[in-house]
Amino acid sequence: MSQTPISISVRGIKKIFGTNPALNGVTLEFSSGVMHGVIGSEGAGKSTLLRIILGLLKPSEGTVEFRRGGERVDFEEIRPSLAYMPQQQSLYPDLSIGEHLDFFKELYGIPGDLYQQKRGELLHITRLGDFVRRPAGQLSGGMYKKLGLMCALLRSPRVMLLDEPTNGVDPISRREFWELLYRLLDQEILILVTTAYMDEAERCGRVHLMERGKVVAEGEPRELLEGQKVRTFDELFLRRGGGSE
Amino acid sequence: MNFFSGEVVAVSEAAVEVKDLTVRFNNFIAVDRISFSVHPGEIFGFLGANGAGKTTTIRVLCGLLYPTDGYVRVAGVSLDDGERAIKSKVGYMSQKFTLYDDLTVEENLSFTASLHKLDLKTYVERRQELFDFIAFDRPIHDFVRDLPGGTKQQISLAAALLHNPEIIFLDEPTAGVTPVARNRFWSLIRKLSERGKTVFVTTHYMDEAEQCDRIALMREGKIIALDTPGGLKRSAFPVPMLEFDPKESLSFAEVSEMRQDRVFLFFEPYGLRFHAAVRSEKEWEEVRPKFEQKFNVRQIKPSLEDVFIQMVEGKTG
Repeated sequence: MSQTPISISVRGIKKIFGTNPALNGVTLEFSSGVMHGVIGSEGAGKSTLLRIILGLLKPSEGTVEFRRGGERVDFEEIRPSLAYMPQQQSLYPDLSIGEHLDFFKELYGIPGDLYQQKRGELLHITRLGDFVRRPAGQLSGGMYKKLGLMCALLRSPRVMLLDEPTNGVDPISRREFWELLYRLLDQEILILVTTAYMDEAERCGRVHLMERGKVVAEGEPRELLEGQKVRTFDELFLRRGGGSE
Repeated sequence: MNFFSGEVVAVSEAAVEVKDLTVRFNNFIAVDRISFSVHPGEIFGFLGANGAGKTTTIRVLCGLLYPTDGYVRVAGVSLDDGERAIKSKVGYMSQKFTLYDDLTVEENLSFTASLHKLDLKTYVERRQELFDFIAFDRPIHDFVRDLPGGTKQQISLAAALLHNPEIIFLDEPTAGVTPVARNRFWSLIRKLSERGKTVFVTTHYMDEAEQCDRIALMREGKIIALDTPGGLKRSAFPVPMLEFDPKESLSFAEVSEMRQDRVFLFFEPYGLRFHAAVRSEKEWEEVRPKFEQKFNVRQIKPSLEDVFIQMVEGKTG
């Protein structure tokens, strides 16, 4: 398995929908081995940023560059080892949890032994072992999220872009999910996660706070909180009026 | 007429009464002989891991699912009084937003009103009362798809309250909205309770659960605890809880090692800090200086998140 560091540089990104700038000059650096948390209120531009990094949206201005071991590489080279979990996932309502895993195994061409091991591991972490036969259409919100995550993790990605992955997930699974992310981080994986849970923001290695299409603060959580003179991200959010609509 | 001053349930009668409720899907037991009651006007929290059986229970209580076994009475009506009888007494806001994105706010509400067979005059009056209640100040002809998540959620609540139900069931109403929108939503929940409505709510946000009058904790189809937030904390943690604030960042390996330390009954990350319960004061005093080199340690009250982890996780197997 290649352990070459990967990095993503986002430079001067603007994205305008109609007359409305969703992103208004965003410059960010993401590197593997660090848990990057992008936080901000609704409409701050987090999901748009993720979609631009993924090449799903074209920026109105600016560039996104990928590097592997310091060398610039095309997005197409990164793509096969990339996992994206959108907020609104599209799974197959008629397929069960087990069938989803089997389907993605085939799709990604994962060898049988490795698949069995991963499958067991993922079902254990997500506590979905008892529900393998339940169709996705009948899962609760949190279980559905977990299934999406399992499908994304099956292929052992090197870059993971996760858009509010733990939304609606219960407190225990949420913790286990973060532990899993930390374990992945040790393998030089690039992880970028958006979250509305402020305790999760505190657990990131680097936090990037967005407001109205701009990055307004970033840094190591403790540093950032001290800089803003608050104790937790909850306080920071409430004080800045984040999320006001 | 004031929307909120509907008929009040006799104080002596429980808003929800459940006895030995069981729901089985083929061989899977989703709800396993649970019994509880909810008082009128109470904010009743229903917590549990994903798949514990919360939504299934709610679906029975709303008259959407007929149970395999057991007795259920909601707002004085039993399931055998016909499903419409219960449906007219309860409001239900499900996990997935129950609004049509392609309809405007007004169309969504008038459609809901017609399902409940409200006459036009009553509908218009109630709509205005509910708009005042949620402080909705946007054009009512805006499409729902264009609304921010927090506003959508409040319109969903208004739709669920349109027929003036005595009890409102909210299934993860705040999943995916910002902290500020969650706060605002909970102030609405408190107002509903103050005005005599019974609120039955599920959430995965433990700061929200703190605001419930009582909480039932479900695990694998069973209710494993039912008490006030304070009561749950006392029974889950008879020992004092400590907060460990690291003086320097810790590696994942260091944290894992600490969690294994047998002086701790409980050691869980909490943002930048950790919450811990020790097995005994005596053992703790012996090792305390060692930990105080790396951490600022202070005594705190356990949070409901700690309770949830301890109760749901701690007694497995």
